[in-house]
Amino acid sequence: MRRAIVTGTATVSGIVLLLGLKSHGGGVHGAPQSFSIGPSTDAVPPSGTPTTTPSAGKSTAPARAASGTRTVAGDAAETPYGPVQVQVTVSSGKITNINVLEYPTETGRDQEINSYALPILNQEAMTAQSASIDAVSGATFTSEGYAQSLQSAIDKARA
Amino acid sequence: MADEPAPDFAAVRGAAAVSPTSLPTLDYPPTQHPEPLRHAEPVMGTVFSFAISDAGQGTRREAIISALQAAVARLHRIDEVFSTYRHDSDISRLARGQTTIEHCDPWVAQVLESCREVAAETDGWFTAYPAGRLDPSGWVKGWAIEQASQLLREAGSEHHCISGGGDVQAVGQARPGRPWRIGIADPVHRDRILAAITTRDAAMAVATSGIAERGAHIINPYTGQPADGLLSMTLVGSSIARTDAWATAAFAMGPTLGLQWAEAREGIEALAVLHDGSIKHTPGIPELTA
Repeated sequence: MRRAIVTGTATVSGIVLLLGLKSHGGGVHGAPQSFSIGPSTDAVPPSGTPTTTPSAGKSTAPARAASGTRTVAGDAAETPYGPVQVQVTVSSGKITNINVLEYPTETGRDQEINSYALPILNQEAMTAQSASIDAVSGATFTSEGYAQSLQSAIDKARA
Repeated sequence: MADEPAPDFAAVRGAAAVSPTSLPTLDYPPTQHPEPLRHAEPVMGTVFSFAISDAGQGTRREAIISALQAAVARLHRIDEVFSTYRHDSDISRLARGQTTIEHCDPWVAQVLESCREVAAETDGWFTAYPAGRLDPSGWVKGWAIEQASQLLREAGSEHHCISGGGDVQAVGQARPGRPWRIGIADPVHRDRILAAITTRDAAMAVATSGIAERGAHIINPYTGQPADGLLSMTLVGSSIARTDAWATAAFAMGPTLGLQWAEAREGIEALAVLHDGSIKHTPGIPELTA
């Protein structure tokens, strides 16, 4: 399965609105909570250019930098279209980057959809934040697999 | 100090001669606004996000949280019945002919009836049988959001915003005097939002159908082939179930017919992004984005 790396910088409150991440204890069984992670203070413009690179395909040990930055890959999540795996960079409790390490590319159609979908997922979050948007209506490919893998990465980064 | 009555803050603020040491040390934050109560739930193959701006405090907040939990449970129950990805859902078994409507959850009959109504309203461009197979998902997602909103309203919330996979139902305002702002994603330039819909009625719904929708090919019900001619079609209405189903139909109709249909229909406005990236819209759109 061909894989591509798609990078983008996202602010968490935008992600909250668009993807709906769970904090610990959230969901049906616990009281819903607000998110403690705040917006990134060092957002950089997204690169937006996919490159083809071999990906890990499994969770990697978190990398730690002197500034308290960690890069953590979430578990690969299964979707009806194939596995999705997301990697996040967390700096001082804030997500500063999201990489999609693996996404379904079974058919040409999937590639076409994904070429719209994944960059939109990453980049809408940033634009929504900057434009004081509360929610986005769009051809938004909010894949459960993407959200699950992203949640997994965040949980690992917090651990 | 212990014998003094608790200071009446309003009176203290208006008092002329008060020594600094007797002023309450609490900050009074007239310009701060409490953050909306937020929750997000992965369900139905997408993520539903809630923002409730009038959750309040104390017992009121507990009641709202309770209603939110009920709404989340409702979404999961709807998913159990209607998911076309679950082999054992009522709708999957019905599609395979392994059961009949009478043996399904009563919701199934109700949803199929609503789909029939929308099909009539859209001259058949919306159908519960895209490409000939039973799949009422075009109605179910918006309908699920409406149920969630209803549960919050019953608990007393008049100000909340619920989005699920690109469909948004906004009720009331984000803050007193500050409407909800709902962006329309640009399907061409992925780092942009085309416009921000500023809510002005008590309830507003924004729904977008497009080719980047998850896994779904919007099918032209007359040809059985994927609909063409548009990158996305956004409808703005008041309630999301119909607005979403109509957006699906309008997308399938294509730019000319879709916008004509939307303009002729009361209570909705439409914005379409064509294959070349150009934008067309009904006359009422600019006022909504002001």
